Amino acid sequence: MTPRTLYDKLWDSHVVHSEEDGTTLLYIDRHLVHEVTSPQAFEGMKLAGRKLWRVSANLAVADHNVPTTGRASGISDPVSRLQVETLDANCAEHDIVEFKMNDLRQGIVHVIGPEQGATLPGMTVVCGDSHTSTHGAFACLAWGIGTSEVEHVLSTQCLLTKKAKNMLVRVEGPLPRGISAKDVVLAVIGKIGIAGGTGCTIEYGGSTVRALSMEGRMTLCNMSIEAGARAGLIAVDDTTIAYLKGRPFAPRGELWDRAVAHWQTLKSDPGTKFDKEVTIDARTIKPQVTWGTSPEMVVTVDERVPDPDREKDSIRREGMERALTYMGLEPNTPMTEIRLDKIFIGSCTNSRIEDLRAAAAIVRGRRVASNIRLAMVVPGSGLVKAQAEKEGLDRVFRDAGFEWREPGCSMCLAMNSDRLEPGERSASTSNRNFEGRQGTGGRTHLVSPEMAAAAAIAGHFVDVRQWR
Amino acid sequence: MEKFTVFNGLVAPMDRADVDTDVIIPKQFLKSIKRTGFGPNLFDAWRYLDEGWLGKPQSERRPNPDFVLNQPRYRGASILVARKNFGCGSSREHAAWALSEYGFRTVIAPSYADIFYDNCCKNGLLPVVLAESEVDRLLHEVAAFPGFRLVVDLEKQTVATADGARAARFEIDPFRKYCLLNGLDEVGLTLRHADEIRAFEERRRREQPWLFG
Repeated sequence: MTPRTLYDKLWDSHVVHSEEDGTTLLYIDRHLVHEVTSPQAFEGMKLAGRKLWRVSANLAVADHNVPTTGRASGISDPVSRLQVETLDANCAEHDIVEFKMNDLRQGIVHVIGPEQGATLPGMTVVCGDSHTSTHGAFACLAWGIGTSEVEHVLSTQCLLTKKAKNMLVRVEGPLPRGISAKDVVLAVIGKIGIAGGTGCTIEYGGSTVRALSMEGRMTLCNMSIEAGARAGLIAVDDTTIAYLKGRPFAPRGELWDRAVAHWQTLKSDPGTKFDKEVTIDARTIKPQVTWGTSPEMVVTVDERVPDPDREKDSIRREGMERALTYMGLEPNTPMTEIRLDKIFIGSCTNSRIEDLRAAAAIVRGRRVASNIRLAMVVPGSGLVKAQAEKEGLDRVFRDAGFEWREPGCSMCLAMNSDRLEPGERSASTSNRNFEGRQGTGGRTHLVSPEMAAAAAIAGHFVDVRQWR
Repeated sequence: MEKFTVFNGLVAPMDRADVDTDVIIPKQFLKSIKRTGFGPNLFDAWRYLDEGWLGKPQSERRPNPDFVLNQPRYRGASILVARKNFGCGSSREHAAWALSEYGFRTVIAPSYADIFYDNCCKNGLLPVVLAESEVDRLLHEVAAFPGFRLVVDLEKQTVATADGARAARFEIDPFRKYCLLNGLDEVGLTLRHADEIRAFEERRRREQPWLFG
């Protein structure tokens, strides 16, 4: 038999029907639902007089719009409140399991899926959110969809789609001290660009990836979309299986054994050819910091803000100049001299317990610098928050001057009141540094949790490898 | 959705690469639970000098005279020409809704982000892919000739100058073309395969019951 990639296997096992031109009806095992991209889909289904296809495939949570403080009194913004209430009403009407705002299990949709074992190897997982690529860390085919597709999944349990190309990103070697999965993925994006994976599903392989925890793997897959790829994937191994055992939605007993036997087949066959391959030597990766308004505008912390005058391509040069103007930066400024106003540790990229532990280890026994107006930690879920509190991490952060918040998407996209004011500059563990992403006129630098924590203490970027 | 067949429209330029969906429709407008109402907030942060929010009266907004779509010569534009990787980032279909509601029926660019491309096709907004050199030429022509129009013919898969002197062919996959030409609802098409879906689902349930817990 022709050797197949993991993506080929996942694709083949979900084909319900395919047309001559390759348009394929693909079966969807898991549909994650949140408040922002679903109301119009439920309404569309109702207007068309159609029924929800399979209730048990759906799991819902409000995350984008929820406040991270004062939850006991509900949501004060009436527009946000209506959106969350609409999700509640749609879930109630259709009997969909929903973790409500004050449920301990509530959190960012891409944190709670894996945490609950609702994301399982071999599945197709979709959600009306581009960071659905996160779930690919579990060897499931997971990708973000628009609202019309949300309606399509609700109504048919399928999507009409075409197969993407196979791309392999191989990362080899031990990660240096102070370097995390976030630095790896930013380095990958810096190398291949924000459209480097467009039209592809990226499989991450190599010894570095195999050595990562599931949380690190999720960080890696999460930002596949920032490289243009709808989906990222990592093969199943013992780390995957150990993570899933005992999770509430994971199988148990005899079914668990059967599932594990199947999951162990979920890897690319030896000798498979990929359409594109990129290799990165992990030993060369340094702490990454973005300087511009797209994730590919990234340098290492020991470098300087790039100079557009050295860029030969005129379209790129103009893009760089616009980005520098927006970011309020001068070319050739050392990255370590960039002073910050706000620090955000959170988002579906970096809000899991290991992220919080790594940041807390940097912060322990120190104080947030006086020029930092707000340093906040927003755990990815109520369960992450509870675990962190059990370990005393909340004290570490609070004692240093951080705010310790309730779980949600928060300042990653600033749909709630957590935001940058015009001109404010953040070190953020999130995934997008687009113009206005964290607030109109706000300036975002993407970094790892360790780098964000160190920047909070120093008041500017510092090389976390030299942190003592 | 509205059918797309042949369309003759005024062209506006968006002479930038990597225009992301956060810029096309900023997040504060995503709090709406409706499918409509996004047109006035298309490119909000670039288009207005004041900060916008959902429900802010249009009379209070201060348009940015420097923003390209605010120039009188592009009023009524329905074809947007942009550079590569248009629509990258967030999956928000609101970006396609906002472009449509503003009045665009077509975007022309050398490449698109995958999710945005799909979202356009599902809303009767035709994303045309042309070579970088052709897009470059169009951007120069739009700037040089006020009132510059193009004719987009989906059946023939061509973009032609209004006088018909020059036409460029574009590719689109047959299924998407068929749906756009006929304004078809994909859910309806898929449900014609309902029996196949049920059979697939039953087999899957037998073979991997843990997926249906």
